[in-house]
Amino acid sequence: MEHIELFFKSVFINNMIFATFLGMCSYLAVSKKVATAVGLGAAVIFVLAITVPLNWLLDVYLLKDGALAWLGPEYAEYDLSFLSFIMFIATIATMVQLVEIIVEKYAPALYNSLGIFLPLIAVNCAILGGSLFMQSREIQTLGLAFNYGVSSGIGWFLAILAIAAIREKIRYSNVPAPLRGLGITFIITGLMAIGFMSFGGMLTGGDEEKKIEQPVVVAQTEAETVKETAIATSQNETEVTQEAIDKTKNEKEIKE
Amino acid sequence: MGLLSKKDAKLITDPLADNNPITVQVLGICSALAVTAELKPSIVMAISVMFVVAMGSTLISLIRNIIPPKIRIIVQLIIAAVLVIIVDQVLKAFAYELSKQLSVFVGLIITNCIIMGRFEAFALANSPWRSFLDGIGNSAGYGIILIIVGFFRELLGSGSLLGFKVLGDSIEKTGLYAYGYENNGFMLLAPMALITIGIIIWVQRSRNTALIENN
Repeated sequence: MEHIELFFKSVFINNMIFATFLGMCSYLAVSKKVATAVGLGAAVIFVLAITVPLNWLLDVYLLKDGALAWLGPEYAEYDLSFLSFIMFIATIATMVQLVEIIVEKYAPALYNSLGIFLPLIAVNCAILGGSLFMQSREIQTLGLAFNYGVSSGIGWFLAILAIAAIREKIRYSNVPAPLRGLGITFIITGLMAIGFMSFGGMLTGGDEEKKIEQPVVVAQTEAETVKETAIATSQNETEVTQEAIDKTKNEKEIKE
Repeated sequence: MGLLSKKDAKLITDPLADNNPITVQVLGICSALAVTAELKPSIVMAISVMFVVAMGSTLISLIRNIIPPKIRIIVQLIIAAVLVIIVDQVLKAFAYELSKQLSVFVGLIITNCIIMGRFEAFALANSPWRSFLDGIGNSAGYGIILIIVGFFRELLGSGSLLGFKVLGDSIEKTGLYAYGYENNGFMLLAPMALITIGIIIWVQRSRNTALIENN
């Protein structure tokens, strides 16, 4: 359940492009054709799936406040979190280079489709942003970190695929000259972001209302609440019974 | 300008308008959009980026002849990361609330495309002084857009500038609010940042038709 919730949250609600604007540069630069957009999107999913769990391990066993406790009790007080930027970016840069070498050697077909995008990705904000959000949202387990990486990658993939398709079509439309190219892309992305905002209440809406109602009841004095609830319930019951009677009457009438 | 020759001065003035990093070169969009809901974080972000780009360009330019070309991207990233850590620690020490508000976007200065773009395209091939000026110019161009967007979003969204209620009090109905004016809360949300930049591009390209794209 936790995994499903995190998945939908990262793909739709906290979509990297539409909610947090990560990786906008390559999103704008490489979205002129659907085919290249798919290549870059796949590469982003791939790299996020590797670097987010790796950086999670680094964060939990090296950088966090008290993370060095496994070395011995005298190390338990160290807090190296100020080093996280440099550690994360070094991990990302080396992993991207390593992945490029491995893919080139063992999967030439994949390299031909992803290869040109891999060096671009080391400096894509979406990758570092994924790791930094993983740190600031305090994701609990390695599995969840992997899930977070993959699903935010999928969210990014969806966004760049959609805008590339729109940009291919928009070439045949009569856009005002100063807006052509970059300007209209910004405005369309803004409109798409408004659309994605409607996913906001998808997961939490119902739960939050319940939580708010409970403390209100507690705040009232006990005797009053008991009386009120008693009256309220009795009223409700009478209403309910009346409704039931009405319904049965209606049914009878329909039958007749 | 006794200090700067004409060619050097152009390094600073060019990126402010006709070669603006955000609206023309399309670099460094991510942070431009995310931090501009209010004016204050926009200004802080602009100053931080200026520090990192100017210092970084100078450093890269100083060691440009001894960086092995194959690993130059990692070297550039490490230098950017070190400078960003300095910015982050300073913000945490002297403006803790603001650094909470900027959250991960201080860290994301490292992968801000302006930084890598200027390191790659300029600092690797030019002298330290010229690289420094180029860094200042480009980050100023970036800062201007950030401040314009932050200005309009805070003014129209919450009716204030830098936290001062310039349009009157919306609850007690003073100032403009006495005439039935309402804040447009939508300006504070993410999509309006994109649309605001879209409009800035529109205005700029109508004034300077040489920038219009042909596709």
